[in-house]
Amino acid sequence: MTTTLQPGARRATSRPGKRRETFGEARRPGWATYATLMIVAAIGAFPFYWTIVVGSWTNDVIYSDEPTLTVGPNLINSIRRVLTADINLVAAALNSLFVSATTALAVVLFSTLAGFSFAKLRFRGSNALLVAVVATMAVPAQIGVVPLFLLMNHLNLRGSLLAVILPSLVTAFGVFWMTQFLRGALPDELIDAARIDGASLIKTFWHIALPAARPAAAMLFLFTFVGSWTNFFWPYIILDSKSATLPVALQGLQSQYYTDYPLILTGALLSTIPLFILFVFAGRQLVAGIMAGAIKG
Amino acid sequence: MTTTHDPAPGLRTDAPAPERRRPQRGSRRRVTAAGLDLRVSPYLYIAPFFILFLLFGLAPMFYTGWVALHDWHTIGGQGDFVGLDNFTAVLGQDVFWKSVFNTLSIFVFTAVPQLIAAMFIAAVLDANLRAGTFWRMAVLLPYVAAPVAVAIIFSNLFGDQFGLINNLLATVGLPEVQWTGSSTASHVAISTMVSFRWTGYNALILLAGMQAIPRDLYEAASIDGATRVRRFFSVTIPMLRPTLIFVIITTTIGNLQIFDEPRMFGGAGGNGPVGGADGQWKTITLYLWEVGWRHANLGRSAAIAWLLLLLIVLIGLINFLIARKIASENGAKR
Repeated sequence: MTTTLQPGARRATSRPGKRRETFGEARRPGWATYATLMIVAAIGAFPFYWTIVVGSWTNDVIYSDEPTLTVGPNLINSIRRVLTADINLVAAALNSLFVSATTALAVVLFSTLAGFSFAKLRFRGSNALLVAVVATMAVPAQIGVVPLFLLMNHLNLRGSLLAVILPSLVTAFGVFWMTQFLRGALPDELIDAARIDGASLIKTFWHIALPAARPAAAMLFLFTFVGSWTNFFWPYIILDSKSATLPVALQGLQSQYYTDYPLILTGALLSTIPLFILFVFAGRQLVAGIMAGAIKG
Repeated sequence: MTTTHDPAPGLRTDAPAPERRRPQRGSRRRVTAAGLDLRVSPYLYIAPFFILFLLFGLAPMFYTGWVALHDWHTIGGQGDFVGLDNFTAVLGQDVFWKSVFNTLSIFVFTAVPQLIAAMFIAAVLDANLRAGTFWRMAVLLPYVAAPVAVAIIFSNLFGDQFGLINNLLATVGLPEVQWTGSSTASHVAISTMVSFRWTGYNALILLAGMQAIPRDLYEAASIDGATRVRRFFSVTIPMLRPTLIFVIITTTIGNLQIFDEPRMFGGAGGNGPVGGADGQWKTITLYLWEVGWRHANLGRSAAIAWLLLLLIVLIGLINFLIARKIASENGAKR
């Protein structure tokens, strides 16, 4: 089994209409294909529509025997109730934004730095160290939760966003991803030229490697951002209601009001909107990233 | 500075000559600033990863083993050394075995239908679609919703009394299902949430694998008279094996650690019983959390973490053996 991660190869396959046209597959598919996809997309979208439906009615309508599938008049009111609830979703969203942006930026920076080193510089032990990086991907995060909790307690970081940020500043996946990308995307001649001009390595990194890494860095940023935004287990353990990120705040909203479905579903809906907006603008990149990161035979 | 012939002794260039490896030996002992830069910088650049991973990844993992060997409570801190007592205590508890069963059961309910659905979606997407990127994005949309939000939404859909799904079942004359009451039903509900979020993602990974299959294989099969369905089973699936194995392994590892969805299911996010009134959907990680943070018994929680790791390694090995068997059977056929 040969496994290759090829972020650099993504452009070859992701453009519709520019695919190798060798066979009948190049023919445009019929309406049945689009109908199937429409159904799949509808199934994917329905739960979100349903949250709007529930959020737009009052509790008595939801708990009546006549179920409704249409949007009611109460959505604005539900949103207002969520925003004025004891649990501050707006503050949680800002916390999430801070954590996700910091984490994603750090992962991109450190991964590109390490990737540049592994892909383009020669140093003793580089191969063994890269193998070590990849090997760490197999370690499940949850095995360290207990001591990590003790550590953060010891550092007095319990309830601080720093406790969430610190353990996620680097990822083995990120280092591997950038290494693979820079190997293909950054010509040695370019680095040589910079060296001849007398640039230090860090300058070479900043002015040549970092710009060249942009497509892969953008995807890594998106993946890390989404992962951090949706992360629950560790923030739930280490944060409190004052410093909650969105999933943690949502958990608090549910445990306090769990019979008040219009309220908590509106909260769930509001908490997903920021990422949906990001997705609308950057989903293409995310899709390309998943397509490129997959293992090809 | 070095000569122009060898502008950067530390840089990786194609097929480095042996003498390039140590160009400074003998002739030039003098340590120049540029030479030092080339020798030290690579390590500086990879240092953040290793330092942070050591501090927050590797060290905690081993420290977990240490904690597991002690009486260790949140308030009291480190207590007596108790050897393997925490492990024997956990292994002797029915609730632990129940959580293992629940985890495996939810995994099976998730993995099998999800894999089939993802394959199907990937096969549909693997056509020369108009607005292909749009459809891929549409399929991926659930992936960007937080599992906690998804779990809340689905808990409502799977409500015992006024949930939409039970309402629909009643409309078509079927009996309502006690989603939070029965073990199997709760596993199905939780598996649905997990699948909802990950099916599209896995479909795109499988699609990437499909697009790497040479099109002339399909052409050849077609000339031999294979139908579209036959081509899928005789060409696509065998050629997709590495991608399939990758998807199966990542799905397995992810599912064995499942926490968010069972934590939120059934409106049980608060101080209610963890994982259902009778622990019907208490997973291993949920149990780990309950013991460590509800009961404040960190030593025992650490023991559960190690047992979870063992289980992951065990299942990883089984996965590997199956994968190897499949691969060798494939080789024999050729």
